[in-house]
Amino acid sequence: MTFAATRDGYGAALLEMAADERVVVLEADLGKSTKSCLFRAEYPNRTFSMGIAEQNMMLVAAGMASTGKIPFASTFAIFSERGFEQVRNGIARPNLKVHLCGSHGGIHTGTDGSSAQSIEDLAIYRTLPNMTVMHPCDDLSAKYLTIELLNHDRPSYTRTARNKTKRIYTEEQAQTLEIGKFSIVREGSDVAILACGVMVSEALDAAENLAKEGIQATIVDVHTLKPFDHTTMTSIAQKCGAIVTAEDHSVIGGLGGSVAESLAANHPTPLEQVGVKDVFGMSGQPSELMEHYGLTMSDIVDSARKVVSRRTA
Amino acid sequence: MTGAEPTCELRTVEDLEAIAKGCRREIVNMVKRANAGHPGGSLSVIDLLVGLYGSTLRISTTDPKHPDRDRVILSKGHASPAMYSALHAFGFIQESDLHTYREFNGVCQGHVDSKWTPGVDFSGGSLGMGLSFGLGIALSGKMDQKDHFSWVILGDGECQEGEIWEAAMATVHHKVDNITVIVDVNGIQNDDFVDQQMVLGDLAAKWAAFGWKIKEIDGHDMTEICAAINWSKEVVGPCVILARTTKGKGVSFMENNPSFHGKAPDDEEFEQAMEELA
Repeated sequence: MTFAATRDGYGAALLEMAADERVVVLEADLGKSTKSCLFRAEYPNRTFSMGIAEQNMMLVAAGMASTGKIPFASTFAIFSERGFEQVRNGIARPNLKVHLCGSHGGIHTGTDGSSAQSIEDLAIYRTLPNMTVMHPCDDLSAKYLTIELLNHDRPSYTRTARNKTKRIYTEEQAQTLEIGKFSIVREGSDVAILACGVMVSEALDAAENLAKEGIQATIVDVHTLKPFDHTTMTSIAQKCGAIVTAEDHSVIGGLGGSVAESLAANHPTPLEQVGVKDVFGMSGQPSELMEHYGLTMSDIVDSARKVVSRRTA
Repeated sequence: MTGAEPTCELRTVEDLEAIAKGCRREIVNMVKRANAGHPGGSLSVIDLLVGLYGSTLRISTTDPKHPDRDRVILSKGHASPAMYSALHAFGFIQESDLHTYREFNGVCQGHVDSKWTPGVDFSGGSLGMGLSFGLGIALSGKMDQKDHFSWVILGDGECQEGEIWEAAMATVHHKVDNITVIVDVNGIQNDDFVDQQMVLGDLAAKWAAFGWKIKEIDGHDMTEICAAINWSKEVVGPCVILARTTKGKGVSFMENNPSFHGKAPDDEEFEQAMEELA
């Protein structure tokens, strides 16, 4: 079992893309944390320190993109939100291909406490026309989905996480992932658990436990929240008839919200949401916090049992 | 790319003054037709825009997105009637396009928008963002060893936005000198006089403290405008031209009148304005 953090995948992707001269990297004094420092060490002439000034960073990246550069700008997920209106008006509206990476997303961030734990980033960026929104579950998928952005025709926001979690994919599997397409990592027909980020490995563990009770779960890695894969969502709902979402993010507007919207419009299906219940986080070890806020494997198991009992025959 | 290479067709000061006068009429016409818009800040900035287009900008009306063009970033994007009248005067858009200002699906959107209007490089409408955008273009130009130049036009009220100063700092930090800022210092913002809303103090000293070279001019004197533009291209390091202007310049009842920041004239006022601009 390999453990790694998705932010390491982002750093690795930047290095991998460096051969493309259009790639430029912007930092806001958190390159060591987001892992853009790896690119800086090799390509200082294409790495731009913007200081602790996120709003400026967003529009500098937009200006660069307007000339044909492919800017990758990163900071903590939470601090990217300081430039939200800049992203809205300066990047998404003119559809400039700027790729943002917000690291340290979610409660899982740990001891830094609530000020650093964005639980709303996926929700807010998802509301912007033109934006692609991703939240990969392991380092390899983060790497290859980021590399895929090189040929992406829209701006994007990708959330990565600070801490190491179980690697889900092999190198070969990760290379087959497609932006905007669900990745089904386990097949089962009794319930479908749609998870993103650090919750994918929790969901896989939950599936093993559910199997012991005779409940077979489909596990979906929703690495792309937008564009949302409505087609696969509907077919999974038709097959399983009961859905659980699991995210280290507010249950409002993120993965749970996306799935609820899709099901309501296309195939109404019982749904239980595992996520942060409209509260801010606090300091603590990731494992303590995940337990406190109801973001563990056993919370997913409980939700799966509940939603299966709600399923109409 | 099928259009012509970007070039600048140099005009005389007299020509530019005549063009600016025509633009003033178009500004008032546009705002009157739309019965909405921002005449005051358009009339204060128009001489600066015309000066840029007619004395330095290398542009291509047949290839408005040419990668080697100079950029004009109207950060105070609500002064869009001024931009549209200049784009018309210098051949980017037709007179019929001016009639679409603020109209449904129109070429001339309420605020300048690069997606809608040929010759518009920056989508404005939210203040404080233009210098950062221009800096991004300038950094790209340096990286690629291109000689295109970015001209960023700010309002004085706009300098209350924190992002302006983030960008001012970053421009100097990254030793960017293929960029010039022109501040349209008309002394009035949306609600009232700038000094009533948020005192800017000594704007020249503030920019100088951030490491910028300063020139203060009369923003309605075309000779001074052209001279300052040339000065900024010769000086090493980023320059800011502080252009003292009159909000509503050219229409007596709009001049220095905060109520014409964002209001169209009524029929009687319109007649008077057009007489004064004849």
